[in-house]
Amino acid sequence: MADVHDGATSGEAAETAVEKHSSASPGVAVERADRIANPGFPPERLRVTDTDPAKEKAAERTVSGLFLMSVVGSILAVVAYVAFPIVEGQPETIRLNNLFLGLGITLGLLGIGIGAVHWSKALMHGHELVEQRHPTRGSDETRAKAVEVFQAGNKESGFTRRSLVRNTLIGALVATPIPAIAIFRDLAPAEDPVALLKHTMWDEGVRLTRDPSGTPIKASEVTIGSAFHVIPEGLTELESHKLEEKAKAAVLLMRLPLDRLNEREDRKDWSYDGIVAYSKICTHVGCPVALYEQQTHHLLCPCHQSEFDVANHAEVIFGPAARPLPQLPITVDEEGYLVAKSDFTEPVGPSFWERAL
Amino acid sequence: MRFTGWAANYIDERTSASTAVKTLGRKIFPDHWSFMLGEVALYSFVVILLSGTFLTFFFDPSMTEVEYEGSYVPLQGIPMSVAYHSSLDISFEIRGGLLMRQVHHWAALLFVASIALHMLRVFFTGAFRKPRELNWVIGFLLFVLAMALGFTGYSLPDDLLSGNGLRIIDGMIKAVPVAGAWISYLLFGDEFPGTDIIPRLYVLHILLLPAILVALIGAHMVLLIVNKHTQFAGPGRTNDNVVGAPVMPVFAAKAGGFFFLVFGVIVLIASLFTINPIWNYGPYDPSPVSAGTQPDWYIGFADGALRLIPPHLETVIFGYTWSWNVLIPLVGLLVFLAAAAVYPFLEAWVTGDKREHHIAERPRNNPTRTAIGAAGVTFYAGLWAAASSDLIATHFRLSIEGVIHALQFVTVVGPFIAYFVTKRVCLALMRKDREIALHGYESGRIVRLPGGEYIEVHEQLDDYERWRLVSYEEYQPLMVRPDARGRITARQRVRAGLSRWFFEDRISPVTQKELESQRH
Repeated sequence: MADVHDGATSGEAAETAVEKHSSASPGVAVERADRIANPGFPPERLRVTDTDPAKEKAAERTVSGLFLMSVVGSILAVVAYVAFPIVEGQPETIRLNNLFLGLGITLGLLGIGIGAVHWSKALMHGHELVEQRHPTRGSDETRAKAVEVFQAGNKESGFTRRSLVRNTLIGALVATPIPAIAIFRDLAPAEDPVALLKHTMWDEGVRLTRDPSGTPIKASEVTIGSAFHVIPEGLTELESHKLEEKAKAAVLLMRLPLDRLNEREDRKDWSYDGIVAYSKICTHVGCPVALYEQQTHHLLCPCHQSEFDVANHAEVIFGPAARPLPQLPITVDEEGYLVAKSDFTEPVGPSFWERAL
Repeated sequence: MRFTGWAANYIDERTSASTAVKTLGRKIFPDHWSFMLGEVALYSFVVILLSGTFLTFFFDPSMTEVEYEGSYVPLQGIPMSVAYHSSLDISFEIRGGLLMRQVHHWAALLFVASIALHMLRVFFTGAFRKPRELNWVIGFLLFVLAMALGFTGYSLPDDLLSGNGLRIIDGMIKAVPVAGAWISYLLFGDEFPGTDIIPRLYVLHILLLPAILVALIGAHMVLLIVNKHTQFAGPGRTNDNVVGAPVMPVFAAKAGGFFFLVFGVIVLIASLFTINPIWNYGPYDPSPVSAGTQPDWYIGFADGALRLIPPHLETVIFGYTWSWNVLIPLVGLLVFLAAAAVYPFLEAWVTGDKREHHIAERPRNNPTRTAIGAAGVTFYAGLWAAASSDLIATHFRLSIEGVIHALQFVTVVGPFIAYFVTKRVCLALMRKDREIALHGYESGRIVRLPGGEYIEVHEQLDDYERWRLVSYEEYQPLMVRPDARGRITARQRVRAGLSRWFFEDRISPVTQKELESQRH
């Protein structure tokens, strides 16, 4: 290591600035003989603290002042912790606790940070130093020794000579992790997820109820232009799997003017007097398609902006979704409440490998 | 003083610590503002560890359903998971809890951002070249791990927004051919959402992923010490030396102080600005969703990729469903990331350069690499902006379709434009450097010659200033030559083609001869 600016500056610097010849191939790099030579280190530029003792003293005071400020900040943080308690029923106390505790800690940290950096820049020995690099590869001697070690290990164990031992060892090592993979089967219950994905809570006669209250909906309550967030009756009373069922059974209910509604022949009886029900779970990656634009009858998924046209079987008119939202066949029961005619006739939500089987 | 000596002796006689101090204590670190980006990443990770440890003392990752009984009135009586409840308690019942949550979240955002910027610095200056290719790969793995840690942590509060994020992950996993439905079922322990995912992500987030991350950071640092840091070209600096400040005391003081600066700034931001106000979102429920949903910034490029795919991309072949609308973005992103990971090896193959490189290049001096980087950044930026497509549309009163189509253009065509523009700009800058190195710069001083002619005087650079402009590596395209058996292999042809692409347009550095002929 050589200090650039102490003593015989130019001589030492020039020496370190000479590039050693590398034996490695330069590839397609152009090596010119008449390259401009490295001029060596430039003359040193002194700082004011190097030349003016008063400035040096001032910098010293600044640094210790900053460290003192840090102590004050840390004490203030503890004071704030006690002085700004969180009082129940007064949300603003949380804000004050957060603010003053945080500012105290900030002062404690920045005091040290600014102080230490200023110390190093203004007061510490400010000259650049030089260190020589060495090739990363070990020296030829070291490498020869390493080869010897491997050869000795091989010779003394017979690793390559006793090929049966070696090959059976490799086989055993490959086999041991297999149980570690197998024991993860019970991450999930023993059921087939594909069967679960293909059915929802909807069934013939299940009433359409409001999300989240669970009160049933009369057809007469669904005025033109309105939209209801719907869950199947009984969902709120489920003891378990409430969210899992809801994630499949959530439905949007809308009423369109009859002249705006295009219905396929085989789905004519899936709606009731312009009221249609579609799965709320996006066929793209499963977000709830929660935004209904009642003038255009378009549904918009807020996650990835797939747009579905409710007037045309919820077909995809924009965005990344590939398939229309599945339609829930509905009708009314004798009391005038909307009920499902059956489960969905296709799996809801995002596609999966076995979906169409 | 006697105590210090006694303690040092005590420790050294038991650990041989003096050897480490001798070899590392005066190690030289070069200085440049861009070298602190990696430091920011390291220090924000320490802040994440500290604040995260505080949070684990109070957080309970259970998904058991309970009714909220805390002090936040709007949510009282609402059923929610224990995880969400305890996140609210950390925010509202524990002094300093909200601060630590915000410190943790802000530090995480800064962590990934500084890693990304650090990677760009290393890429654009060619600091990944031999002998640092493996450290580039380790750094790449750290970047991926940081994103994984971010996503798992973001999901833990089990609020509506993060639950929708998990729903999207579930939808993407289900699209995986053959095993998608099964992977999702095993991961969630049931049908989505199940009651296992939060505790499982918690173990990944606080144990498995951080353990791997810490090990890789260790390897990253060890290789940094073994290879020593790169430095920019400058007078006196060569490929064989390191010029800068020694660890003891200057670098230690600067870096140690900088740790406190990073920590302090994160705490300052956390005390002034709200991040992830989970109480506004409510507990996770598969039915509602808020408009304008967005992931944390570093997941944006993946979310944007999902948004940019055109409609109707799905086919059913022999009854099995191929969800191209998910698979294309997924595979596309994996290819993009893999390309970034292997780039150093590609460039090393094209140049065939087996020497060690310790001088960081100025981006302009390697126009093709810089242009490739600019193309990658543009591609990423297009995807990233797409994650905010709905917010762009509402804020600037544009149609959502128009925004998506524009961003599709940016993502697909933008990289090519960025490539060509960047390459031309780099070559133009090199030409300007060459001009200045040879003829000096315009001084602004107009002189009238005896004959009446006016000229502007050019000031010559001194040797030190000129060195920065002339000391770069130059490469030329590979000449295809027959091998020992007199054949030209396809491999050779590909390599020649690539090297022509890289180095056909080039500006040679000023040579001593040119400089001298200029002076006469």
